[in-house]
Amino acid sequence: MDRRLLPAIVLLGVALAAPFIVYPVFLMKVLCFALFACAFNLLIGYVGLVSFGHAAFFGGAAYITAYSVKVWGWPTEAGLLAGIAVAALLGLAFGAIAIRRQGIYFAMITLALSQMVFFFCLQAKFTGGEDGIQSIPRRPLFGVIDLKNELTLYYVVLAIVLSAFWLIYRTVHSPFGQVLKSIRENEPRAVSLGYRAEHYKLLAFVLSAALSGLAGSLKSVVFQLASLTDVQWQMSGEVILMTLVGGLGTIFGPVVGAVVVITMQNYLAPLGEWVLVIQGVIFVVVVLAFRRGIVGEISAWLSRLRA
Amino acid sequence: MFELLGVPPQALFGQLLLGLINGAFYAMLSLGLAVIFGMLNVINFAHGAQYMMGAFTAWMLLNFLGVNYWAALILAPLLVGLFGILLERLFLRHLYHLDHLYGLLLTFGLALIIEGVFRKFYGSSGQPYSIPEELTGGHNLGFMFLPNYRAWVVAFSLVVCLAVWYLIERTKLGSYLRAATENPTLVQAFGINVPRMVMLTYGFGVGLAALAGVMAAPIYQVSPLMGANLIIVVFAVVVIGGMGSILGSIVTGFGLGVVEGFTKVFYPEASNTVIFVIMAIVLVLRPAGLFGRAQ
Amino acid sequence: MKSFVAGLSTALLLASAAQAQISDNVIKIGVMNDQSGLYANISGQGSVLAARMAAEEVGGKVLNMPIEIVFADHQNKPDVGSNIVRTWIDTDKVDVIADVPTSSVALAVQQIAREKKRIFLISGAASSDLTGKACSPYGFHWTYDTYMLANGTGNALVRAGGDSWFFLTADYAFGHALERDTGESVKASGGKILGAVRHPLNTSDFSSFLLQAQASKAKIIGLANAGGDTINSIKQAAEFGIVAGGQRLAGLLVFVTDVHSLGLKTAQGLVVSESFYWDLNDETRAWSKKFMERQKAMPTMVQAGVYSAVRHYLAAVKDAGTDDADKVAAKMRSSRINDMFSKNAEIRADGRVLRDAFLLQVKSPAESKGPWDYYKLLATIPASEAFRPLKDGGCSLVN
Repeated sequence: MDRRLLPAIVLLGVALAAPFIVYPVFLMKVLCFALFACAFNLLIGYVGLVSFGHAAFFGGAAYITAYSVKVWGWPTEAGLLAGIAVAALLGLAFGAIAIRRQGIYFAMITLALSQMVFFFCLQAKFTGGEDGIQSIPRRPLFGVIDLKNELTLYYVVLAIVLSAFWLIYRTVHSPFGQVLKSIRENEPRAVSLGYRAEHYKLLAFVLSAALSGLAGSLKSVVFQLASLTDVQWQMSGEVILMTLVGGLGTIFGPVVGAVVVITMQNYLAPLGEWVLVIQGVIFVVVVLAFRRGIVGEISAWLSRLRA
Repeated sequence: MFELLGVPPQALFGQLLLGLINGAFYAMLSLGLAVIFGMLNVINFAHGAQYMMGAFTAWMLLNFLGVNYWAALILAPLLVGLFGILLERLFLRHLYHLDHLYGLLLTFGLALIIEGVFRKFYGSSGQPYSIPEELTGGHNLGFMFLPNYRAWVVAFSLVVCLAVWYLIERTKLGSYLRAATENPTLVQAFGINVPRMVMLTYGFGVGLAALAGVMAAPIYQVSPLMGANLIIVVFAVVVIGGMGSILGSIVTGFGLGVVEGFTKVFYPEASNTVIFVIMAIVLVLRPAGLFGRAQ
Repeated sequence: MKSFVAGLSTALLLASAAQAQISDNVIKIGVMNDQSGLYANISGQGSVLAARMAAEEVGGKVLNMPIEIVFADHQNKPDVGSNIVRTWIDTDKVDVIADVPTSSVALAVQQIAREKKRIFLISGAASSDLTGKACSPYGFHWTYDTYMLANGTGNALVRAGGDSWFFLTADYAFGHALERDTGESVKASGGKILGAVRHPLNTSDFSSFLLQAQASKAKIIGLANAGGDTINSIKQAAEFGIVAGGQRLAGLLVFVTDVHSLGLKTAQGLVVSESFYWDLNDETRAWSKKFMERQKAMPTMVQAGVYSAVRHYLAAVKDAGTDDADKVAAKMRSSRINDMFSKNAEIRADGRVLRDAFLLQVKSPAESKGPWDYYKLLATIPASEAFRPLKDGGCSLVN
C-alpha cells in the first residue's frame, strides 16, 4: 500500500508547488482535462465501453454553469452543481439508448447522439451560437473565497479535481467497481451470478458523464468562457487520445495523457493545422505499437524488472 | 405541421426527388462502410476522408493533368482504392486479432492525418470543380427545375449500388466473400487467399467512397473537410439500417435522404438532427437496426 | 515531456526578466487570425504581410524603437484565441493586437484587451457588438461590421429596384442578426420580405432551400450566411438556374477571395458589400500591386484594413511619443485616417471607424479583363449612412 501511495504523494507535492513556476491558467487547463480523461477512463478502462460522445457532457455542463453564473447570477458552487446535474441527466439519456449495443456500435451511437447535442447548442439561443457565453464572472466560492486571484483559483480547482480523483479511486475499488470489472471480463457470467449488468453499466455511464460535466464546468469557470469547441466531436476525440496515450484502465494514465496532450497543443499551437496531423500520427502509433500507453508500458517494464 | 397546407403537392415531388439525390450519397457511403465492416470487422472512420480524397483526386486530375470528369470517375476511385490497399497492408492488417475498437481508433487517427494534410495544402475554403459540359443545364419538369447533373447522380448511384449488391449477394466471388466473413479459416483451407481478399475488399470499399466523392465534386465545393461531418451522419445511417445486409444499407441510405429532404421543407431547423433522432428511436424499438440481425 | 520542461525554464526566465521601461524598447504588434481554416484566405498570412508593409513604410522603426511583428493562429476558437492573447500580453509583452476575424474570438480578445489595457485593432471580425455592448476604450473597429453589410446591401439594392426579398439564413446567432438587420433596412427603404428559410450551419446541400427561395418569386435572395455555406449556396443556385431565371443573389458576407475561388461563371451577378476593392483608384491599385507581388493574391478588405490600422497606430505612437495605450488611443481618436484605404476617415467615441462602403456586383466572364478583375461598382455608400448611428449601439463610452 505504501509503495502505491508514493507516486500519489510525489504528484501532490508537484501539484502544490507548480503554480509558482508554470503559468497557473495553463495548469488549471491541464487539471480540467486530466479530470475529464479520468472520467472517460472510468468507462473504457473499467466497463470496457468506448464512448465517442463525451464532448456532449463536457460542453453541455460548461454551458449550464456559464449560463447560470452569468445570466442568473448564481454563485459559482451552485453553477458547478447545476452543470454536473445536467451532465448526469444527459448521461442517463445517452446511456439508456446506447447501452443496448456494445463495442463499435456503442461508439458510433454515442458519437451520433453527441452530434445532436452539438447542433442543439449551435441553434439554441441561450448558448450564444458561435460567440459562446463569454466573460463569465468568477464569483467568490461560498461567498468568501475570492476566485479572481488566479493562485487561489488554482488551489480551489486542484482541491475539487483531487476530490473527484479520490471518488473515482474509491468507486473502482468498491464492490461496485468489482462487479463492473466482472461484467467487462465476462458479461454472461456476471448476469448468471444475478447481477443486472445493464443497470451497472448505466450507473457507471452516468457517473462518468457527471464527472466529465464537472471537468467542463470547471473549465468554463477558469477560462470564463463556454463555446462550441467544448461540445464538438473533436473534443471527444481528444479525450480518447489523452486516455490512450496515458494508458487505458490505469489510474494515473489519463492524468499523464492529459499533461502530454495539453502541453503538446500549447507548444505546437504556432504550427496550426499540423497539430491535428500530429495528433493523428500519435493515434496511429499508439494503436499500433504502444497500446498500453505511457503508464501501462512503464508499469509493465517495472514488473519485468522485478521478475 | 400547419405549414403542410402552404406546401403544394407538386413542390413535395420536387423535395422527394432532391431527397433521393442526397440519399444517393448516404447510400454509396454506407454501402462502402458495410462492405468493409462485413469483411474486416472494422468501422472505417477514414471513410469521410477517403470520400474527400476522391473529390480532390478528380480536381487534381483535371487541373494538373487535364483529365476530364468521365475519366476521373474511373481513375480517382482506382487511385484512392490503391491508397486504401496501402493503408490496409501497412496498418489495419496488424489489428485484426485485437478488439474491433482499435480499428476504429486507428482509422480515426488516419482521418485526422489525411484531412490535416489536405488542409495544409489547400486551405479549407475549397476548390471549384465544374459540372461536365455534357450535363450542364437542366429540364423543367413542371413541378421543379431538375439540373441534368443531379438526375445523373441519382441514376448512376442506383446502378452502382445495385451492381454491388448483385456482386456480393448473387455471384460466386460474392459467396466467397460472405463465406470468408463467416469462417475465414475454412475458406482459407479451400485454397482461397483470404488475406488478399480482405485487402482487396478494403480497397473496394474505399474506392466506393472515392466514387461518391467524385460525384459530389461538381455539386459541393471540393474542400478538405467535406467528409468530416458527413461521416457522422453516415454512421447514424448505418446504425439505423443495421450492418446485416447490403440491400439494407442501400434502402436506408435512400430512405433517410428522403426523410431529411422533407424535414427541410416542414421544419428546416431540424434537418441536420432528424437522422440522429430517428436513430435514437430505432435503437429503442429495434436495437439491432432495421435490417440487422440480432446479436 | 521535453517540451514541458523547456516550457518550465522559459517561464522561469520570463518571470525573472526585469520590467523594462517603455515596454522593452520594442513595439510588438501581434497579428492573430485564422491561418488555416475558413478565414485563412481573407485574413491569414495576407494580414501579417499587410501589417509588415505598414511597418516597412515607416522604416521599421518608431521613435527609434524597432517594430516587431508576431502572429498566431486562433483556429476560430475563442478559447484558443484568449489563451494566445493572455500569453502574448502577460509574458511576451505584445503592445497591440490586430485583425482577429471571427466575432466570437474578437469578443473574447476585446474583453482581455480592455482588462489589460492594450490597443486592439479589429479588422477581420464582423459583429457590430464590438462597438456596441462590448465596446472598449482601446478597441477600434476598422474595416466593416454586420450593420454595414446588412444596411449597405439592403438599402442600396432596394433603391436599385430589388424590392422583394427572401432570405437563406444560417441558423445561429450571426445569421439571425444579419437577417434581422438587413430585413429592417429593406423595409425601411420600402421593400418587402416575402419569407425566409433557416438552414443549419455547415449544410452541404442547399437544393431544397433554394427551391423554396425560387418558389417565393422574390427578386432578391439574401444569403445571410458565411464561408462555406455561402459558397455552396451560390454554387448550387447557379446549378438550379436561379440567377439565369431572373432572381438576384445578394451575398451579405462575401469576400473577393470567395469570388476568386467560385469563379466568375458561377458567381456572376452576385451583389456584395465591401469596404475595399483593389481596383478603385490609382492608390489602391498601386498598393495592391505591391501586395500581390508578395502574396500572390489580391488583398481583401480585411487585409487592407489591417494595413491601414497598423499604419494609423504607428503614426499615433510617434505623435504621442509613447506606447502607453491610453495616450495612443487618445491620439488615434483625435487624428483623421488618411491612406490608400480611407480618406479623411474619423474614429468615433465607440471605436467605430467611419468610412465609405461600396455596393459591388460580380462581373460576367465576358466583362472581366483577367484574373482578379471581378467587381463593378454599383454604388458608394457614404460613411454617414453606412454605419449604425452612435446612439443606437448601447456602448457605455457614449453618454
